[in-house]
Amino acid sequence: MPVIVKIPAPLRPLTQGQSEVSVENAATVQAAVEDLSRRYPGLRERLLDEKGALRRYVNIFRNDEDIRHSKSLQTALAEGDKLTIVPAIAGG
Amino acid sequence: MSTAVVLGMGGLGCPAALALAEQVPGVRLLLVDPDRVERSNLSRQILFTEADVGAPKAEVAARRLARLVPGARVEPRVLRFGPASASGLLDGCDVLLDGTDSFETRFAANDAACAGRVPLVHGAVLGWDGQLLTVLPGQGSCLRCLFEEPPPPGALPTCAEAGVASPLCGVVGAAMASEAARILLGERPRSLARLHRWDGLRGTERDVPVPRDPRCLACALAPEADLRHP
Repeated sequence: MPVIVKIPAPLRPLTQGQSEVSVENAATVQAAVEDLSRRYPGLRERLLDEKGALRRYVNIFRNDEDIRHSKSLQTALAEGDKLTIVPAIAGG
Repeated sequence: MSTAVVLGMGGLGCPAALALAEQVPGVRLLLVDPDRVERSNLSRQILFTEADVGAPKAEVAARRLARLVPGARVEPRVLRFGPASASGLLDGCDVLLDGTDSFETRFAANDAACAGRVPLVHGAVLGWDGQLLTVLPGQGSCLRCLFEEPPPPGALPTCAEAGVASPLCGVVGAAMASEAARILLGERPRSLARLHRWDGLRGTERDVPVPRDPRCLACALAPEADLRHP
């Protein structure tokens, strides 16, 4: 079973409008991000900074866990996990 | 007599202020917005009509609320929230509602709320996505525990670029009022240290815990031992 990644509204233009995409065989969040970055150009720059760290205004949750409070991008993934990308938003 | 300060009389501030005035009779509402009504606002900014285009949002909203909710005590403030205006606006404030459209203002509101130990209800909408987080300084986490800093200009789309779904504004604005009412009435807010998220297109919502970040610079201004609120 793949890992499901939920894409927030601001990033959907990069995923052809898809709000959910799946990733196969990703052992860590880093591997999932790399896979998505290959398939959806521009996504990596939105998520990671020049040093490859998660940007400070974007967060990723593995299921209900903020990965920054785990092992960040090295957080391990299991089949069936859900990743949710949560960027800061400011509309009102 | 309790005071609520509403930042941004837009798609969130309008329904939030109306619902809060109805829910908490006698609450004093300070409506803060530097902008004027534009025609494109009307679909979601429910306190304005075509005749208000060009007028200051805070003043129009205060007049309309006073008519809609008899006895409401509403005061307009036609200015932008920021470090210079924060202390004056937060003096005597019992809850701060942030529905502004600028990252800079949102982080300034979070930092000022933490420093002043004022409860903050943070609501935001972009496209069909909505977010709600309630901050009680000294108890749990804050916006900077979730996002360490605002994005630089252009890094993420603003609501002017990506739009906002009008129906979702009503939902999130009402939820903000509900959280503020809980705080004013001494009840525990539902989204304390939890990020509630709406996917308006799919019709789903869920929340995730937001743990306090021990390195958070804003929370450092409000040590956990300082418990002013329930």
